[in-house]
Amino acid sequence: MKSLEELRKIREKAQQDMKLRGSNYRIKIVVGMGTSGIAVGAREVMKSFLEEIEKRGLKDVQITQTGEKGLSSMEPVADVIEEGKPKVTYGYLTTEKAKRIVAEHIVNGQVVSDYIVASE
Amino acid sequence: MKYFRSHILIETDEASVQQGAREVMNALKQELAKHNLDQEVNVLETGSLGFFERGVCIAVYPDDVIYGNVKVEDVSSLVSEHFLKGRPLTHLVIERSEKKNIPLGYDKRIVLENSGNIDPEEINDYLGVGGYLAWEKALLEMKPEDIVQTVKDSGLRGRGGAGFPAGIKWSFTSPIKGVQKYVVINADEGEPGTFKDRLIMEGDPHKLLEGTMIASLAVGATKAYIYIRGEYKLCINRLQRAIDQAYEYGLLGKNILESGFDLDIEIETGAGAYICGEETALIESMEGNRGIPRTKPPYPGVKGFMQNPTVVNNVETIANVPAIINKGADWYRNIGTAESPGTKVYTILGDVAVPGLCEVPMGTTLRTIINTYGGGMKKGSRFKSALVGGAAGIFLGDNMLDVKMDFHNLAEYKAVLGSGAILVINDSVNIVDMLESVIKFFRHESCGKCVPCRNGNEQLYKSVRKIKAGYAGEDELDKMLLIADTMQKTSFCALGQSLLLPVKSALDMFKDDFLSYINKKKAINK
Ligand SMILES: Cc1cc2nc3c(=O)[nH]c(=O)nc-3n(C[C@H](O)[C@H](O)[C@H](O)COP(=O)(O)O)c2cc1C
Ligand code: SF4
Repeated sequence: MKSLEELRKIREKAQQDMKLRGSNYRIKIVVGMGTSGIAVGAREVMKSFLEEIEKRGLKDVQITQTGEKGLSSMEPVADVIEEGKPKVTYGYLTTEKAKRIVAEHIVNGQVVSDYIVASE
Repeated sequence: MKYFRSHILIETDEASVQQGAREVMNALKQELAKHNLDQEVNVLETGSLGFFERGVCIAVYPDDVIYGNVKVEDVSSLVSEHFLKGRPLTHLVIERSEKKNIPLGYDKRIVLENSGNIDPEEINDYLGVGGYLAWEKALLEMKPEDIVQTVKDSGLRGRGGAGFPAGIKWSFTSPIKGVQKYVVINADEGEPGTFKDRLIMEGDPHKLLEGTMIASLAVGATKAYIYIRGEYKLCINRLQRAIDQAYEYGLLGKNILESGFDLDIEIETGAGAYICGEETALIESMEGNRGIPRTKPPYPGVKGFMQNPTVVNNVETIANVPAIINKGADWYRNIGTAESPGTKVYTILGDVAVPGLCEVPMGTTLRTIINTYGGGMKKGSRFKSALVGGAAGIFLGDNMLDVKMDFHNLAEYKAVLGSGAILVINDSVNIVDMLESVIKFFRHESCGKCVPCRNGNEQLYKSVRKIKAGYAGEDELDKMLLIADTMQKTSFCALGQSLLLPVKSALDMFKDDFLSYINKKKAINK
């Protein structure tokens, strides 16, 4: 159990963390992990991202999961978020596509326009 | 871990199982074994793949092919073509929409503002976006009657179907003294083609909890239940995790944040009958009885669970509450329309390019929803109608595409927002076929308690079968209308009462579809 003081402290820190996430990491990948996403392979896509990031020894990339965005028919989907750039959402992902995104977008900064399905 | 070159995911949700998913799965396994492919190709069960009315669907990875309407008969050619020869069986492949750039509209979201942005399994993520600030404010700065008044002033209306103002509902229960009171969140979501509540809970479970906490405080309930359909496994897991975290952080339990208020929240799982979404049937089912509706009044707000005052609200309704408390009633009233403030979450299905869900301000037109958020019609198909409001909704024609979607404007067309399901139908479909499936659904789900609904559905079903078989004359149409009208006037609960909407709108808007069946037979008989 936490007191109000502690709760407020945790929230403050969490708010800082959420902000920092952008700057601590150069780039962030957020994989949609709802029922429909999982059903069409979101977990595998997530794994593929992780493997590829690890294989390449990238230290400045963060991978997290989130719920459904409203693109169920395009799942698996993932956002790539980079400070100061518009958020890019990729859809119909596969393990292979995830690898290509890492190679082209994450490493070389080239958005893979073939796979983009939504934008802010 | 064993390495398989290919994975077949077969959906085994309730609807698919009814349509033979298990038989297909067994046939697949046998067929694969026959070709010695069972060590190379793995068969896995999964939840719904998200397609509507496509029979049994299976997804093949890593090939990224989805098959629909798979029958046991198809399995042998499927295995020999796809898995032996590596050629997808084209006639069963579900064509997924061409690439579209869909706006996600996060700037206008309330209920789904975090869904797709935060990790739903991490309470710290929710706190990091200002989570539980509204709970703190309600608990430490507001009196219960202030909360009720704020929600009343906001104009928030129930999102579970009937659109009853939430603040007014709370104001009946809040002043009752000296008894145990309850809040029940209706997460039964039995409407075919509706999954908005599931996505709210999966994407941001803490928001639902926070809303539930505030509602409980407002009406003086120290115990709240979330009644959730058993099939929603991921929701149940995430909500349970969220509840555990909330206890751990002292946001639930005894003397919360030293305010003196106690609250426990528990999950109840339902068995999946459509009628169990009706609030009194839901309460019966929570008490361990068969899920049949009770007589109203007394309303649950006065005599509900265990005969004690119980506020029942829909998931989406409650998910609006934290933002209202944080930002105030005036802020909320500025979104949407004067009679229906706020946003609405829709599920768009059927013949649109990009089926899925969206959250838009109340009053957004059907045209915008379909064209912008549904990506327009599927390639090569033209709009004929949209079934709006769920199975008990209304068939809208193309002359109504510019109707503003909110409680007030739809009421002028005797239509309802209902569960927020929009099923888009292309012009090659005969509406009689759609109506048949609607009636079939109701015939199956009628609880049988009262005669008009039990018998009426049976008779409507016979009529529609007769029309389709070509044995009916035009008088059959009047008969259908009379039956549906009688059901509307005399059925015990809204299930039986609501058939009039689809029946009448189908007859009004698409009479030619009925006549095409009737006249076809006439021509043959001549
Ligand atoms: C047959 C039938 C099924 C219903 N199913 C649901 C449901 O799945 N979810 C829901 O929230 N309300 C459902 N309702 C409406 C509930 O009875 C009730 O009005 C609602 O939960 C109240 O919440 P709200 O005021 O927040 O909308 C159903 C009603 C009927 C007649
Ligand atoms: S209207 Fe239908 S569902 Fe409602 S009580 Fe009567 S038989 Fe049961």
